Amino acid sequence: MFNWLQAGADWLVYSAAGLAPESHLGAAVNFFVFDTLKIFILLFAITIVMGIVNSYIPIDRLRNFLSRNKLFGIEYVLASAFGVVTPFCSCSSVPLFIGFVKGGIPLGITFTYLITAPLVNEVAIAVFLGAFGLQVTAIYVGTGITLGILGGWMLGKMHLEKSLAPWVQEILAKAHEESELPPEHRPFSNRIREILREAAHTVRGIAIYVLIGIGIGAIMHGFLPTGFFEGYVTKGQWYSVPLVVLLGIPMYSNAAGVIPVVQVLVAKGIPLGTAIAFMMGVIGLSLPEALLLKKIMNWRLIAIYFSTIGAFMILSGYLFNFWF
Amino acid sequence: MKQVKVLGPGCAKCKATYENVLEAIKQTGIEANVIKIEDLEEMMKYNVLTTPVLLIDEQAKVKGRIPSVQEITEFLKA
Repeated sequence: MFNWLQAGADWLVYSAAGLAPESHLGAAVNFFVFDTLKIFILLFAITIVMGIVNSYIPIDRLRNFLSRNKLFGIEYVLASAFGVVTPFCSCSSVPLFIGFVKGGIPLGITFTYLITAPLVNEVAIAVFLGAFGLQVTAIYVGTGITLGILGGWMLGKMHLEKSLAPWVQEILAKAHEESELPPEHRPFSNRIREILREAAHTVRGIAIYVLIGIGIGAIMHGFLPTGFFEGYVTKGQWYSVPLVVLLGIPMYSNAAGVIPVVQVLVAKGIPLGTAIAFMMGVIGLSLPEALLLKKIMNWRLIAIYFSTIGAFMILSGYLFNFWF
Repeated sequence: MKQVKVLGPGCAKCKATYENVLEAIKQTGIEANVIKIEDLEEMMKYNVLTTPVLLIDEQAKVKGRIPSVQEITEFLKA
């Protein structure tokens, strides 16, 4: 899909700038130019597409649909899919979580949404596509959705209502179907302008992390020998998967920048499952998220929430290492 | 005097909305009282689903997106 872009990067770096393709510097600069262009094109494209989808989702109606219907588990799939298309920012997913609770949606389903919303988001998808290609991105997204469904279902079974903040429990006790506001009728031409502006806003906000990530990746790509990490991290080490998930949790603010670095780590010998588990930890669980969740639940529930999701991340890491 | 409220738990979009409100007030010279509500419990009293929300005189004008300065100006003049 991006052959033309690679050709352009080759021309720019090898012909116009005159760097030798075999040299370390040439390889690094080529990697940087190609990945930067590719990832930013994808970032714009995907944030715009998600913005359009988002703009047309009738949230009020979806909420009532989920609270009204028993769908033999399909409601978990819907909640998880909804988590994918909502924007990446746990600060917008928490109000939505409460809105769902308020509308009478069972707690397990709202947890499914809360897990998937940060874990699978437009920025992660775009950078994953750019760095790893379609197959690994599909694996990541599929795992994220499944993890949200299973995690939410399991948390729902644990009867954690008592661990919610008192004011949320009060909302829960009074939960009822909310009225639907009429959907906003705005022409597409009107919406697209905002969507474009917001996409630009999102991409600008993470651009520096992505560039730093690609920069570090480029240096490693050019200067480290293939298989460099094979001696350090192997599939045989049972502890490496849980360790990387734990390491990933505090690294949230640079989530978008971590993916291009990990891409090179994988190319240089780190097992893919370990890498995916690490990125899930970075993207899906974070300290700012824990602080935000503190406003709606007690520490006990946050601990249960993080360890349940963490356990699923570790499990998927082992699974992928087994498969690939 | 218009009562303007911006609801949002402190994310980038909410800050952008708040700044646009201030800019719109500066440009139009309309007297308005602007309050930023960041507390979740307080916010949920307004039946919020998506943030940021722009309330003018207790009426939700915009939900879940950043309104432009021009748009806010029109709301203020209405």
